[in-house]
Amino acid sequence: VSNTTGPVGSLAGLTVVELASEHAALAGKMLGDLGADVIVVEPPGGHASRAYGPFADDVEDPERSLWWWYYNTSKRGVVLDLTTDDGAAGFRRLVAGADIVLEGEAPGALAALDLDHPELRADRERLIWVSVTAFGRQGTRAHDPATDLTLLAGGGPAWSCGYDDHALPPVRGGGNQAFHIGSTWAVMASLTAVLAREVTGRGQHVDVSMHAACNVTTEMGTYGFLAARETVLRQTGRHAMPTISMPTQMRCADGRYVTTGFPPRSQRDFESLLEWIVTLGFRDEFPETMLLDLAIERGGVSIAEMSTDDLARDIFGAGREALCFIAERISAEEFFVGGQTRGLACGVVASPEEAFESEHIVARGFHVDVQHEELGRSVRYPGAPFLMPASPWRISRRAPHLGEHDAEILNR
Amino acid sequence: VSPERARGALSHLRICDLSGQLAGAGATRFLAAVGAQVIRVEDPVRQGTWDIVRGAGPFVDDRRGIEFGSGFNNHNVEKLGITLNLRTERGKQLLRALVAVSDVVTENFAAGVMARMGFSYDELRAIKPDIVYVSNSGFGAWGPTSSFKTWGPIVQAVSGLTFSSGLPEQPPAGWGFSYMDHMGADIMAVAILAGLVHRNRTGEGQWIDMSCTEAGTTLVGPDLLDYTVNGRPLRRQGQPDSNHSHAPLRVPHGIYPSGGDDNWVAIACRDDDDWKRMAALIDEPWATDPRNDTLAERASVQEALDARIAEWTRTRDRFAVAESLRAAGVPATVVARPEDRIDHDPGTSEWGLWPTAHHTEMGDVRVDGIPVHFSETDWEITRGGPCLGEHTHQVLSELLGLDDAEIEQLAEDGIT
Repeated sequence: VSNTTGPVGSLAGLTVVELASEHAALAGKMLGDLGADVIVVEPPGGHASRAYGPFADDVEDPERSLWWWYYNTSKRGVVLDLTTDDGAAGFRRLVAGADIVLEGEAPGALAALDLDHPELRADRERLIWVSVTAFGRQGTRAHDPATDLTLLAGGGPAWSCGYDDHALPPVRGGGNQAFHIGSTWAVMASLTAVLAREVTGRGQHVDVSMHAACNVTTEMGTYGFLAARETVLRQTGRHAMPTISMPTQMRCADGRYVTTGFPPRSQRDFESLLEWIVTLGFRDEFPETMLLDLAIERGGVSIAEMSTDDLARDIFGAGREALCFIAERISAEEFFVGGQTRGLACGVVASPEEAFESEHIVARGFHVDVQHEELGRSVRYPGAPFLMPASPWRISRRAPHLGEHDAEILNR
Repeated sequence: VSPERARGALSHLRICDLSGQLAGAGATRFLAAVGAQVIRVEDPVRQGTWDIVRGAGPFVDDRRGIEFGSGFNNHNVEKLGITLNLRTERGKQLLRALVAVSDVVTENFAAGVMARMGFSYDELRAIKPDIVYVSNSGFGAWGPTSSFKTWGPIVQAVSGLTFSSGLPEQPPAGWGFSYMDHMGADIMAVAILAGLVHRNRTGEGQWIDMSCTEAGTTLVGPDLLDYTVNGRPLRRQGQPDSNHSHAPLRVPHGIYPSGGDDNWVAIACRDDDDWKRMAALIDEPWATDPRNDTLAERASVQEALDARIAEWTRTRDRFAVAESLRAAGVPATVVARPEDRIDHDPGTSEWGLWPTAHHTEMGDVRVDGIPVHFSETDWEITRGGPCLGEHTHQVLSELLGLDDAEIEQLAEDGIT
């Protein structure tokens, strides 16, 4: 990824100064991958996330944290001790050349150092300052301690995730998603502030609450309560609903899972389903083939019919049964492709590495090889969340080593 | 059209919005809340029911039908709504006229639908050369499986997110809602905004092709690097185990039962100090045992420690447990039910996170707010989602300059 020719990214020309944090790191990466010049500032000794595993080749080393690697692509890095006069002066100089400051410090921490938004924006009204904190910078809860787990649990998502068996706890979705939610909102807000500045000439302060962000990332869990005071209940591998619904996640012959979405209703769905059963040689083995025939004869079934028409209900049930019957007899991948090529929406529950190796993603150029010259090899990273050919998303460099760009940026 | 909010951050921008459901509507919802004029175009023939949430519950009262879906209302606040029958030449002409005065065109149809309707990117840019056209489909516009159909749960399944959420030796728990409709919408909003920044600097528009599946796969990054660098798949014994914290390693870290029915608390000790404060609060020999003072030791007895903590939390009130831990500086919370976080949490109420929007038929309904505050050009949500064609007359008259007779004729001819 060292090609410097070709179109530049959409945020080319914007400079971002980021104070390293675990929760706003993805925001900095997104801005950098979109073409901004992002300078990540770490304290002496490096940011704590350099100690997060796993590590490259399982060698514990601050330059080998895969967390650091992933969340800090396309950034240059400097070390500044903001608690010293020298470090504070260095930070002020960096901010003087920045369009956006991105930080996730505890509320009050920067003010105590006289390095907060009001002080640094005083003679620089174009400056945009984005704070990403657990509960926002003000209010009763501003200083409550929080982590990814407690944000997802206290903000709503975890209540909706888990199993039919409520003796099992609700589940935190994996992968630092509270930080991803907060960081994505931080990028939306940053770019909104950039566009507003083009009109007004003025920057502003942007306050991002990860708790608030999780609260509006729950679909019906929130709007169902707001509109109808409904409380959803978690259910295995499918939507939490006020009532218990039928399973949609099924275990296939190879032990892997698929999700079927909504069972067939239209005539065409039933035709596809029957054709699938016949093609697999299960016409005689599947006990309810006759109901599929009936479904086709009567032109499918509608949800509205279920409450009044026993046959419609039986047919609907047979469609679901047919999907389960097929799933138990073929592999998850065969089910996914077999269903989708017949127009039946379904998905294979892929592990991240299986998702990454899918032929489709590879064909679209999702694999990006990033040079890690310090290890004498390149490393394959996940690529662009969207393709924008005139100003491509691009990993311009691997994550910086500690203080790697001190000399070129700080003139040390 | 409509009195513009002088302070809206994006009140200088107009979006011709053919998107819907949640993954599209969620993106333009944010833009509308910060002042962009979002004109949502719906199909009069099918009464807008391409969007499955248009008439879907939950409902605010006993009324049913296409004007009463609360999810539609929630996701379409602050937008204008018009109808155009795009099967007709006149309907297409009017859409062209709208595109000509828009900055952005958005849609989340299945791949290929826009081109079949005669609105491919080449056709759009012939109308408006610098148009920013953003598509959000399940697998993107091209590639071996671009024709496959998805909903949020399917995107989550195929992108690795469903698998990543679960307890050991159990099936995938996944996400009990369409996480990728939210994150897909948010990332789509990033695409729109980045496209606008680029256009404003260079004068150049473009077609941004978003595959929601690829967007989802960017959200499991560190796990993927463990695979590409170390050859370690997440599909392995004991994984996923997402209530524990493996990277960084933190113990104790989990969701524990508390008193009452289906009540839970989440507790995360970030370091030895968090644990020592928690142990002092518990004040029982198994907790204060100095052997537990190091992370390595706690990790080696994690299962036993979890069981002890669960015994301790099980007999206590969930709020009391969480509050006492937080007072001791330890990250802890109840696993919030909707009513806990919506009606009894200063973290949301002080933020103004549940604004009341006025919907023409439903009346006043609380909706999702915006989790970001801008110091100078903040968001505002007061208008509910549009009824079908609610602003057709207004948009055709004020924006496209049609007179009343023409507008009436369009309705009679089944164009609007």
